[in-house]
Amino acid sequence: MSSVTVTEAPTGQELLLSTSPHLHSRWTTKQLMWFVVLALVPCVISSVVYFGFYQLVIITTAVVFAAGTEALIQYLTKKPVTISDGSAVITGLLLGLIVPPYFSPAFTALGAVFAIAVGKMVFGGLGYNIFNPALVGRAFLQAAFPVAITTWTIPQFAVDAVSKATPLAAFKFDNVVTPLTPLVVGNVGGSLGETSAIAVLIGGIFLLVTGVANWRIPAAMIVGMLLFGGVLWLLDPAAPDPVFHIFAGSFLFAAMFMASDYVSSPVTGTGMWIYGLGISLVTVLIRVYGGLPEGVMYSILFMNAFVPLINRYTQPKLFGEGKA
Amino acid sequence: MSKKQVSLFNDYTKGVWDQNPVFKQVLGMCPALAVTVSAMNGIAMALATTFVLVFSSFIISLIRKLIPSQVRIASYIVVIATFVTIVDLVMRAQFPELSKELGPYIPLIVVNCLILGRQEAFSSKNNPFRSVLDALGMGTGFLIALASLGAIRELFGSRSILGVQLLPDAFEPWLIMILPAGAFLTLGLMMGGLNAMILRRKRREEADILSKHIPKTYVAASEGQEV
Repeated sequence: MSSVTVTEAPTGQELLLSTSPHLHSRWTTKQLMWFVVLALVPCVISSVVYFGFYQLVIITTAVVFAAGTEALIQYLTKKPVTISDGSAVITGLLLGLIVPPYFSPAFTALGAVFAIAVGKMVFGGLGYNIFNPALVGRAFLQAAFPVAITTWTIPQFAVDAVSKATPLAAFKFDNVVTPLTPLVVGNVGGSLGETSAIAVLIGGIFLLVTGVANWRIPAAMIVGMLLFGGVLWLLDPAAPDPVFHIFAGSFLFAAMFMASDYVSSPVTGTGMWIYGLGISLVTVLIRVYGGLPEGVMYSILFMNAFVPLINRYTQPKLFGEGKA
Repeated sequence: MSKKQVSLFNDYTKGVWDQNPVFKQVLGMCPALAVTVSAMNGIAMALATTFVLVFSSFIISLIRKLIPSQVRIASYIVVIATFVTIVDLVMRAQFPELSKELGPYIPLIVVNCLILGRQEAFSSKNNPFRSVLDALGMGTGFLIALASLGAIRELFGSRSILGVQLLPDAFEPWLIMILPAGAFLTLGLMMGGLNAMILRRKRREEADILSKHIPKTYVAASEGQEV
């Protein structure tokens, strides 16, 4: 019988896409993934500081169910169980950090199962998913439980001026601009990990310095936000200023941890700039003109869909190729 | 004689599974996605479609030799539209609530590609008896698909099937399941699941065939016999 089964399933490494010249990375996939987990620790700490220890239950539930789902599906489909590479743990951790404080653990578990099963494993597992799995899970929860996921608990030591839902909702529905200091410190309403710009930046800068995340995508998103947010602010006095756009909501968190996800972002440098600028543009449009106060999640999922197209059109010309 | 019977039977069964209009031919997607918020809606839609399908197939098969091929599509539509009008009026008179819930999707049966497709592919080439069998088979397949799709969406979207509550009150209904996105998700996962099942069965059959024939060859060869 052994003569019949000669074909082997392609491993992920054979299908790595990138443009030449190729540079060998210092890190393996496994090491990179655990670096991201490490970079998310400040956000976990800030969520506990602002919203209480109960948030650890939510985050743990998300991680356990994400990793468990991946292991179960790989076991059932008789594939090697690869949860030790940390990618499912990251998905769980990210999902846990982008739900509201005191969100139901049952819903979180459902979101984690959906994120891994439909966001990742259906496409073939790590390296094949088109969309960011954590955001797929969050989008599912948003559509399934629209009330629960927009019920915000105010941070433990919030001052009165900022104790209204989230800064973006306060701006959109009550026209209240939250001052910059609470936004940077994180003393505002919002999803678990996204409120504190300081915690996000500690993790983000760690990723950029170690070279785990490519600097181009966060840079493109921030430049794009200054550009598109700035243009709208100059044209329309009712629109918030671009600095508020950057520090409010999940923009920084998404720029550092969501958009820079390897699998669902472009591989070329130019492509990364287009991708980042596109995310900012869609985010600003949703925030200023859309029905929802926050649009980062949908804008990243939207741009994820364009990644194959971006990759195709930003391939560098071969030497001596001439004008096509 | 026996051969003919088998193929008549096959005219009916192919629509139920092998050529299921929703899961295999991916036809009639508009009603399949739009009205299946509950099992009852799915069943009503499928029954209305089946009625139109059976009678138009019968009539068109009867007059298939009289229709000039240049205007055949227009002729089919006239016949189909007649039966859709009957269904629409009867439902409005007898089941006003159901009719209100299904709304414009009942008149839209006219443009259901499943019905037009069966006329073009089958009734215009076969006798009335076979055409009716084919239409009944396709209708059954459509009914199975819409009823199961509706039941799954109703179960998770409003805790019940056919109005009977099955999940406890503690279960928070998933709003997404009664939104259009839920229809796409459910249908996609069902199709994927069915394809995976079929693929697995096929692989097992292939493995069976291999294990039946190859070892014998090996055994024969190893024993020094001529193969």
